[in-house]
Amino acid sequence: MRITGGKVYDPAHGLNGVVKDIFIKDGQVVDLPVDGRTIDARGMIIFPGGVDVHTHVAGGAVNFARAMTPEDHRRTTAFIRSQTTRSGIGGMTPTTFATGYLYAGMGWTTVNEAAVAPLSAKHTHDELRDIPIVDKSCCVLLANNEILLDLLQDGEYEQAQHLVAWYVWAAKAYGVKAVNPGGVAAWKWGKDTGQMTEPVVGYSKLTPAKIVSGLAQIIDKLGLPHPMHLHCNNLGAPGNLATTLETMRSLEGHRAHMAHLQYHAYGGNDWNSMRSEAPALAEYFNTHPNFTADAGAVLFGDTVTITADGPWQHLLYKLTGRKWGNIDVENETGCGIVPYTYRPNNLVNAVQWAVGLELLLLIDDPWRIYLTTDHPNGACFWRYPEIIKLLMCSDFRKECLSQLSTKALKRIHLAEINREYTLYEIAIIMSAGPARALGLPQKGQLGTGADADLVIYNEDDDVQQMFGHPRYVIKGGEVVIDEGEIRATPPGRGLLVKPSYDETIETFLRPKFEDYYTISFDNYPVEMERVEQPTFNNCIETP
Amino acid sequence: MNTITLRLKEQPSVPLEVEVLSPDVLKTLSHAEICASSIRLGKRQRRIDDFFEVEGERSDQLEIHGDISRLKWVGRSMTGGQITIHGNVGMHLGAYMQGGSIEVHGNAGDWVGAEMTNGLIHIHGNAGGQIGAGYRGSMKGMQDGAIIVDGSAGLEIGMRMKKGTIVVGGPAKDFTGLDMKGGNIVLLAGAEIRTGAWMMRGTIISLIPIILLPTFHFSCSYSPVFLRLYAKFLGKLGISIPVDPRAGHYHLYNGDTSVPGKGEILIWHPLGTS
Repeated sequence: MRITGGKVYDPAHGLNGVVKDIFIKDGQVVDLPVDGRTIDARGMIIFPGGVDVHTHVAGGAVNFARAMTPEDHRRTTAFIRSQTTRSGIGGMTPTTFATGYLYAGMGWTTVNEAAVAPLSAKHTHDELRDIPIVDKSCCVLLANNEILLDLLQDGEYEQAQHLVAWYVWAAKAYGVKAVNPGGVAAWKWGKDTGQMTEPVVGYSKLTPAKIVSGLAQIIDKLGLPHPMHLHCNNLGAPGNLATTLETMRSLEGHRAHMAHLQYHAYGGNDWNSMRSEAPALAEYFNTHPNFTADAGAVLFGDTVTITADGPWQHLLYKLTGRKWGNIDVENETGCGIVPYTYRPNNLVNAVQWAVGLELLLLIDDPWRIYLTTDHPNGACFWRYPEIIKLLMCSDFRKECLSQLSTKALKRIHLAEINREYTLYEIAIIMSAGPARALGLPQKGQLGTGADADLVIYNEDDDVQQMFGHPRYVIKGGEVVIDEGEIRATPPGRGLLVKPSYDETIETFLRPKFEDYYTISFDNYPVEMERVEQPTFNNCIETP
Repeated sequence: MNTITLRLKEQPSVPLEVEVLSPDVLKTLSHAEICASSIRLGKRQRRIDDFFEVEGERSDQLEIHGDISRLKWVGRSMTGGQITIHGNVGMHLGAYMQGGSIEVHGNAGDWVGAEMTNGLIHIHGNAGGQIGAGYRGSMKGMQDGAIIVDGSAGLEIGMRMKKGTIVVGGPAKDFTGLDMKGGNIVLLAGAEIRTGAWMMRGTIISLIPIILLPTFHFSCSYSPVFLRLYAKFLGKLGISIPVDPRAGHYHLYNGDTSVPGKGEILIWHPLGTS
């Protein structure tokens, strides 16, 4: 296949709107002209396919959220079964097949499911396999795993490293996620963590700071391509900037990906005095290149919040008085689900909306901050084009600011920021940057040998319209979307790593399973057969 | 006045979904278009005239004759006009209704007026459960309007209702006003057990003594002033409730304290009873 005459935005190769022909053979971008179909892309814009570094699209928690929100299913549009598509529904937590259609329909071709409890990893992989078109990776939740926490408390880092590697492989994961380190373990005692340097409830000397730095060190030693994927303590709480900065300081010398940074950049003492501290956080972030982050931006409207952060969700339930789901995942982690509506006339929501955008605009290097909404927590992923418009048009931002109260405007900085993203920068935050953060060299770029995942837009001044309705989406060299129609639904790949570990860790673990787990050791790991088209990525060589 | 009349000629073997039977849809359609309108028999598309003899066209006055207890979603989301049904009618009658009126000379199924936002529904016979309720998962049920049932009613009537009036002439079953958020339910012949469970706000008025949950507490015995105004409103709908303090008074119970809610249940006690 050849795509001719399009303006190519390929930040990994510094191409900023250069008219260039692209040749595709066997699912990859190649140098030399090839035969086959020619797509005339004159007047069109070509991006590498979008990469979502942090989303929740599969597994026990998402499925629980689907079950909890039948009212959303009734009002949302349905996918009707056709020659190419299966039936499904969109909405706040789309069904598996619909998730693939919606992501691909928007030009995203790789997604990272950010939170997998190892115990429900089989379920997650079964759902991931049913999400067509897009390639999928996932991160395994470990920062509240009591077997690991016991080892960290005793300072047995080497054993802990083997354990982490074993869990990553057992869950067929790609990276490690840490959610509210120690906090979810404390939640099992009805508590949360307070300070980073205070022992976690149930432990004598283990603190959240030690869990965070210990895990980061282990992940760096294992050389996982994606750094520790960290959801900090005190998510969503007024004044949590202090916790976030303390966490980041404790990670000096280590790589880390700060998930949904928006939820961790607040000042104030309570809900009434809550304000944006995005400038302070951005300032620290700009000078510390060991971090990457995703925005976790908020948009006004209905959604459902899903997180392993059980104690936070209980608080949110108390605040809203709406539905609440809570899952206890044995000795591994927890989970909470609360449907939520972000409203512009709500002071806290207004601050959250602004903070997400402020971080995206104040962090100088687009290679380190990525476009996400922490789907579905801040907003649904299919609303990304709205965020792109907010980033690219300061007039549109000002128009949106006018619906906020004057009280809210005093708590935020968005009105003072005039930066407008360019198309080149959008290509970085939606594709090239997150692909680099995930350590996926074949993604987020259109150079020779790259996976032929790309999206072609009709150039349009209305960027929301343009990004919401690609002209073509090509996945693995196959046209999957053509003028809004789903043409093909090839299965996506499962992206995996296999970090090395000492097999004797199993001798250590087997009796623990006998004692603490409801599932036998032999039935626990995810079998390879559950992962569709497994594609391995190498760990980084460590010195 | 011009009226569209439908007469059932064949009883469907499985439920028919007929959301097209709404004045909003039919008022612009010719006779031929009405006959050809699609309805669903199970998963199959059928035409209205497969099941009905159709008379009239282009009217917001709709009359249906026959036992249509297997027809679902009659009058769904209607915003005006009138539907009169001579016979029994099936589930979801007037669900999501926004205006107009529906009169049934017969019985109705479950979910009458579910999540309606305005309008009037009058059932002369008995009705099923979940009248004016919110569908599973919804935060709120009916948000305004009135539903009058002359006969008895089923379970969970007024579940999560937010505003509006439900009047039941015969006895209602369990969980009347479940998780109620506002509005009024008038029980002319009482209800079975667990009335007002989880109610947050709103008022349930019973003209005969009913069994209360232990989480409702007796507050006082009085003649509420608002009830005299409310009785005038009900009078226009043809409903009469006693408000003369010389004839008796209402016992006020507050609850449901297990939620904890600020709902009230008013029970009429004629003079001379305790």
